[in-house]
Amino acid sequence: MNTTEVLIAGFGGQGILFAGKFLAYAALLQNRNVSWLPSYGPEMRGGTANCSIILSDAQVGSPIVSRPDILIAMNLPSLDKYEQEAKPGASIFVDSSLISRKVERTDVNVYYVPATQLSTDNGLETLANMILLGHVIEKTGVIPEEMIRPALEKVVSARHAWLLEKNIEALSLGKNYKE
Amino acid sequence: MADKILMKGNEALAEAAIMAGCRHYFGYPITPQTEVAAYMAKRMPKIGGVFLQAESEIAAINMVIGAAAAGKRAMTSSSSPGISLKSEGISYMAGCDLPALIVNVQRGGPGLGGIQPSQSDYFQATCGGGHGDFHLLVLAPSSVQEMADLVAKGFDLAEKYRMPCMLLADGTMGQMMEPVSLTETKPEAHDKSWALTGTKGERRPNIINSLALQPQELEKWNEDRFARYAVVQENEQMAECYMMDDAEYCVVAFGIAARVSQNAVDAARAKGIKVGMIRPITLWPFPEKVLKAAADKCKAFLSVELNMGQMIKDVKLAIDCKKPVGLCCRTGGMIPSPEEVLAAIEKMQKEGN
Amino acid sequence: MIVFDKPKALTDAPLHYCPGCTHGIIHRLVAEAIDSLGIAGDTIGVASVGCSVFTYNYFNVDMVQAAHGRAPAVATGVKRADPSKIVFTYQGDGDLASIGMAETVHSAARGENITVIFVNNAIYGMTGGQMAPTSLPGQVTQTSPYGRDTNTVGFPVKVCELLSTLDGAGYIERVAVNNVKNVKAAKKAIEKAFRNQVEGKGFSLIEVVSTCPTNWGKTPQGALEWLEENMLPYYPLGVYKDKFAKEEAK
Repeated sequence: MNTTEVLIAGFGGQGILFAGKFLAYAALLQNRNVSWLPSYGPEMRGGTANCSIILSDAQVGSPIVSRPDILIAMNLPSLDKYEQEAKPGASIFVDSSLISRKVERTDVNVYYVPATQLSTDNGLETLANMILLGHVIEKTGVIPEEMIRPALEKVVSARHAWLLEKNIEALSLGKNYKE
Repeated sequence: MADKILMKGNEALAEAAIMAGCRHYFGYPITPQTEVAAYMAKRMPKIGGVFLQAESEIAAINMVIGAAAAGKRAMTSSSSPGISLKSEGISYMAGCDLPALIVNVQRGGPGLGGIQPSQSDYFQATCGGGHGDFHLLVLAPSSVQEMADLVAKGFDLAEKYRMPCMLLADGTMGQMMEPVSLTETKPEAHDKSWALTGTKGERRPNIINSLALQPQELEKWNEDRFARYAVVQENEQMAECYMMDDAEYCVVAFGIAARVSQNAVDAARAKGIKVGMIRPITLWPFPEKVLKAAADKCKAFLSVELNMGQMIKDVKLAIDCKKPVGLCCRTGGMIPSPEEVLAAIEKMQKEGN
Repeated sequence: MIVFDKPKALTDAPLHYCPGCTHGIIHRLVAEAIDSLGIAGDTIGVASVGCSVFTYNYFNVDMVQAAHGRAPAVATGVKRADPSKIVFTYQGDGDLASIGMAETVHSAARGENITVIFVNNAIYGMTGGQMAPTSLPGQVTQTSPYGRDTNTVGFPVKVCELLSTLDGAGYIERVAVNNVKNVKAAKKAIEKAFRNQVEGKGFSLIEVVSTCPTNWGKTPQGALEWLEENMLPYYPLGVYKDKFAKEEAK
């Protein structure tokens, strides 16, 4: 029985919830159990946002991720808040364009991706989340690659179909990023 | 079985209501249940249904009364402070024997409180919530699938017993997404000859009313209603038992608290503690039968709640205080961690031996 | 031969109102309107809280009894559930203009296709004569024993004037039932308020300036005179809004 607990955290507006929904759908399409739980608050934009996603072969108990296997930190307050919560052996992904400090823990795998910088350099503004996820998928195999397109088709609305290829581009940029 | 899709609990319950034949929704915006209103606003006009944003929570519940009096499946949804406002209407609805669905996606209180998940409206829901002698059917989902499934169940029970039904959820249940499969349900056929449909000059007027100035008459109404409640208590208790077959200790938890407790029960079992969980699905009627049975086998009970300890009283009553009942709780929008619940289970075991 | 009959839309239940109270006349006018439009079989009434709480015993139509002030919201629910029904509320001043002001204003603002019969007798009758939102400046009541002091409790609410500012309100008229001429005008107005609904036009409200001899401390005749001398100057009769007439003129 395999369970992966993912916590994505950052500012509202960085596509935290979208990235989480994408992962959740990818797992659902494999007929796995999944839960997706957002933090919710009065700030619609710019406030802190985080999202708990649990992908599991067993029934999901608590949907709240307090000890993540995978932590994706998209701003400094999120890294400060959650670094110590990650399980020993967890993988921590850091948007190094926005977070200048290094992870202090030594019992975790750390990946630094200048995702925000890469997004602006490559005309993929607002897709730093997906660049990071591309790297997450490459390094952890949290979802199989063949699920990427079908899952995106579920979460990118028909109205924004043109964004589908942009998302694929961002994911593959993250996948191929070499530190 | 329809394909599973990912939906928020709030959206799933809204779609489930539509699939259960509800075409009349009246509501007012409040976090964390606003998705219900937004969903209904989008869907109802496309299927010939009614979505109306009322001027207040009070107006919304009274619109539900009107539509229910006309014999329609009607509903409203809100969160804790809004339910307090609606409680006048809920009392009238109970006094008029009108069926309808009221959703409470609970947040922390009292007062304006917070917007994070809570179960602190347990007393309010299970004791009726408004003035007078009455009960609501209270259903407590603990997954998005159940958010949907209990909607049709709630409408059917409400119409069967002519009682308002409350779906008592919380912020996590409303906001989380899980795979859900939704299927059209056919409303059970229950007599609605009492409904206001116009006399057509062919029958005496139907009157829907909760006023009885003669105390003898009002007492009779209340006694008749409680006779009906007794049938509900006998026939409609629902609970899920998890690892209870050989359990020596019993956790009691509903909604999100049950989800967290399930992790703790698994962890305790891994440590060799024979613990199980009873998860009430109906909070009123409270599942006393299954608890009474457990009281004969288990050494101690642990009530896990997102409040200062409300359901624990029903647990004690259900088992006639035969065994010790401990409390593991967080309040104000906080959720106990599985580790906290595990620690409480271990403490219960130590004290029980 | 002229036969004086009870309207069919009234039951045979004896009214509980005090001697000289004008509720009885207003009930009759509402019932006559229902009869003359032939809509009793499709009419649903909403009773309110106040002296008219028992209207569900008097009108020979399906009725629901609403909480204090909530009748327009209940009526909204009934009407939206089945727009083919003719839905009316029957409310007093405390119910409509105090505790239920939000429901009144918003049902009018929505242009809800219902008929509201508003009985204004400037006092809370059922609870024994307390100050109402429509009690006149200086009026002595149980809770304004030295007369309504506008410095401390403010001024009466003029419902027709207030509602007529709303785009959603359709037909707003104030009538009285203190003499034959006014009763005839009231009958016409009430019937029109129901006809508007039958024709699907929208929100109609008729304010009926009424008496409360018991709580005013007057004889029935004295109450009618007090109404004429004190209420009508403050609450002038007439049509305050008729959006539908304007629409027809176009």
